[in-house]
Amino acid sequence: MTELSKTGAALGEPAPGNAPDAFLAVRDLKVHFPTDDGLVKSVDGLSFQVEKGKTLCIVGESGSGKSVTSLAIMGLHRLGAQGKHVQMSGEIWLDGKELVSADPDEVRRLRGREMAMIFQDPLSAMHPYYTIGNQIVEAHRVHNDVSKKVARKRAIEMLDRVGIPEPDKRVDGYPHEFSGGMRQRAMIAMALVNNPELLIADEPTTALDVTVQAQILDLIRDLQKEFGSAVVLITHDLGVVAEIADDVLVMYGGRCVERGSVDDVFERPQHPYTWGLLGSMPRIDRETSERLIPVKGQPPSLINVPSGCAFHPRCPYADIPKGDVTRTVRPELQQVGGGHFSACHLSPEDRTRIWTEEIAPKL
Amino acid sequence: MISYILRRTFAAVILLLVVTAVTFAIFFLLPRMAGQTADQLAQQYIGKSPTKADIAAVKQNLGLDEPLYAQYWHFIKGIVSGATYNLGPTTAHCDAPCFGYSFKNHVAVWPQLTSRLPVTVSLAAGAAVMWLVSGVVIGVISALKPRSFFDRTFMGVALAGVSLPMFFTGNLALLLFTYQWPIFGRTYVPFTENPAQWANTLFPAWCSLALLYSAIYARLTRSGMLETMNEDFIRTARAKGLRERNVVARHGLRAALTPIITVFGMDLGLLLGGAVITETVFSLPGIGQYAVQGITDNDLPPILGVTLLAAFFVVIANLLVDLLYAAADPRVRLS
Repeated sequence: MTELSKTGAALGEPAPGNAPDAFLAVRDLKVHFPTDDGLVKSVDGLSFQVEKGKTLCIVGESGSGKSVTSLAIMGLHRLGAQGKHVQMSGEIWLDGKELVSADPDEVRRLRGREMAMIFQDPLSAMHPYYTIGNQIVEAHRVHNDVSKKVARKRAIEMLDRVGIPEPDKRVDGYPHEFSGGMRQRAMIAMALVNNPELLIADEPTTALDVTVQAQILDLIRDLQKEFGSAVVLITHDLGVVAEIADDVLVMYGGRCVERGSVDDVFERPQHPYTWGLLGSMPRIDRETSERLIPVKGQPPSLINVPSGCAFHPRCPYADIPKGDVTRTVRPELQQVGGGHFSACHLSPEDRTRIWTEEIAPKL
Repeated sequence: MISYILRRTFAAVILLLVVTAVTFAIFFLLPRMAGQTADQLAQQYIGKSPTKADIAAVKQNLGLDEPLYAQYWHFIKGIVSGATYNLGPTTAHCDAPCFGYSFKNHVAVWPQLTSRLPVTVSLAAGAAVMWLVSGVVIGVISALKPRSFFDRTFMGVALAGVSLPMFFTGNLALLLFTYQWPIFGRTYVPFTENPAQWANTLFPAWCSLALLYSAIYARLTRSGMLETMNEDFIRTARAKGLRERNVVARHGLRAALTPIITVFGMDLGLLLGGAVITETVFSLPGIGQYAVQGITDNDLPPILGVTLLAAFFVVIANLLVDLLYAAADPRVRLS
């Protein structure tokens, strides 16, 4: 607990238990799933905040805990057969309400109204037997006591708003009759039908054609401006991050390893894992003859997370700090600039030297 | 859609013709192939110790001396336009559709089938309602609380239900509730005569048959629901803020039940062709019992008739299932 309050203080946030100023604030969130093989620590002490009108991108490899984080905010990980075994602690504050300790039914009433979610694969995320219109109407009527006719008008209005041509006809179409991009637009229309103040998008462009990806990102950005909502976007695509993010949170092994503004993270990254992600991103301004630099090794097991710094088995610089500190002591987030945090044992001098001399020239 | 139905109906007619040919071959070609002569076949239709002349007469009357294709042709012609059978001193006319004439009992097969059909339909329909409702309800509850006490208990009962033969459950039900404590009637009464009595007599048969099937349906529903409740669209439904019971009913069940239509249609079609064992155990004068009678009497025309009727129901059920499925799942296109 002392560790936690230290980090909290370092982050310049109010003490735990008190409502934060930020619209969405997550504090020391832990989401663990007991399985036959052991306790899966999908999220293990994560803190961040998002203001209204801002976009936070959470990046990381598959299995780094990004999706579980988004489901946890929505309260969705607790539902279903698997859900009752979940162990969860920490705080999630949405507009002054704490959600982890809240009554599940209260969280349900917030879902779809104050916070909404867009999923990765719009084909499987929509019910195959109901028309697009019916699904949007249902989303609207859960939280609004209106007639089907009114809700349908609202659905057509939303489809029009997200750029679906002939919305009064397409409203009666089934998901399989839409193209991938149109389906994701419809999904966005469904999520935004109740004007939510928080929009969570879990890899919204991953399943889409590259040409459509930019359109969808533009749409999300435009709608965010229009509605002034806070957006949390989960992705593993740094191209998407550069396009849309205000702030970036890099996750590794269920924890945050670096957090800062998009400029901080792209221009002055302070963590070897972030360097690895940047090195493995294709860039149009780079010579085609240059090879991408992959992050060597495998993502860590969430059951047996490596001791010390979870990244140390894959980190090329793990031997620079003196002693075996990288293998025994878990690094905490430390402020490395205004609003820029990193959890790394390397000294600030080493980090600056490695970044400017070794990494940056290769990018 | 209309052209699809027309094409499927045409295909169904062709299929039924093939079924008649195969069935006919089984009853009239196989005995020949096994070395039985036309004389021996004819002998089956006469009383004990017939004279040579009797056999020859019967052989001629029944057309057994004709080539097989001609016999088959007569049979098909009879279905369309009726047939007249020469019974020596008298003739018997069998109106269209003539599915043969039982020489043992001196009655045409078709009226027998139609008069017994209501019994079989009553049995099948009542049992179907019972097993569908109980199977689906148990399956859903089990799927929502997998490995719970309820789930384990009912899946155990289900296993017993599938494993116990009708000879056992049917007779046990009869023994306890019709003889030991006579709650239920013993003789079948048509629905049109006395609906209460009708239900009262059929109830034990419905329960016994439903136990057998609801076990299968509970398991089907359970696995279907378990799979469906892990689908992405269920997560979406929850993300909308729907109450869990609406998520289950509107999104989960809707998707999980659709494949069950297929199984249900086929099972019902099969049962309408005669629930042989159930009808025998409960002495219900239905199609199945008629088939058993035909087999015991070594009376070929009733068996042939029942076989064709059963095939007809299965083919029709198949067609209906395909149409229903297309109506239930918008992704299925009939073309």
